[in-house]
Amino acid sequence: MNENLFTSFASPTMMGLPIVTLVILFPSMLFPSPSRLINNRLTSIQQWLIQLTSKQMMLMHNHKGQTWTLMLMSLIMFIGSTNLLGLLPHSFTPTTQLSMNLGMAIPLWAGTVAMGLRHKTKASLAHFLPQGTPSPLIPMLVIIESISLLIQPMALAVRLTANITAGHLLIHLIGGATLALISISMISALITFIILTLLTILEFAVALIQAYVFTLLVSLYLHDNT
Amino acid sequence: MVSVIPVKEKKLIDDVKIGELPSWILMWDFTPKGIAGMFQRGYYKFFLTYVNVKKGNVPGISMVLAAYEFFNYFLSYKELKHEQLHKYH
Repeated sequence: MNENLFTSFASPTMMGLPIVTLVILFPSMLFPSPSRLINNRLTSIQQWLIQLTSKQMMLMHNHKGQTWTLMLMSLIMFIGSTNLLGLLPHSFTPTTQLSMNLGMAIPLWAGTVAMGLRHKTKASLAHFLPQGTPSPLIPMLVIIESISLLIQPMALAVRLTANITAGHLLIHLIGGATLALISISMISALITFIILTLLTILEFAVALIQAYVFTLLVSLYLHDNT
Repeated sequence: MVSVIPVKEKKLIDDVKIGELPSWILMWDFTPKGIAGMFQRGYYKFFLTYVNVKKGNVPGISMVLAAYEFFNYFLSYKELKHEQLHKYH
């Protein structure tokens, strides 16, 4: 049982060849690009959702921040679709791997910080000291603020990894418990099954929310730095 | 069994007789560009017949998702074999 829990998080291999790249590229097949003014239903629904999300998310930025729209929209689409596809049984979710989330979080965060340092040096350095702090506290507070800045990419990556991994593990465990309880007592198996259903609904929400949170935080860091 | 049209000119699998299937397969373009073209044509064939229709609905994408799931089951069959309810493994 111990080994079985974590084998679903191993990199997918087909006859010894790693196909993890193909698995990461698969969600892009589900997003056809619009070729006409009025498309088929799938494309129209996706277009509508993307317009809704991009308006909601990019309204708070100024002109310079809105140049990041493409990046943030593709980010939320990628994380959302990858997480949702991971809810299918036996499928591999790339966002459970810390390596991939770090690879997404660090460049994006570093991009926002570098942009802030380059275009608005004084303002971005001023972020290290909140307004109105008493003078004796200043050195300590600068250290604390710089630590909190440096921990942002780690927090982004680990948050996504931990949430999705924990959700998948819970589903595995409770599903296994339900199966084991069927032969012992049907009522408790039924209760466990209801818990499993609720958990799956939660996981659907978490999949989307995590995508949203990731993108929102990156856009927040962007807002601070433009 | 010799066909009237030479094998070289047959593009679709419906035109090929079973006897000439090996020579037809060898006729394919195995360069990277050819293989990419194969995937592209296959994708568009599926997309145009099942998704890009006037009243497309759930079956369009759910076929893709079902195929993806079978693919994943196939990949993880080896680990799952031990969990089946057989008497002897």
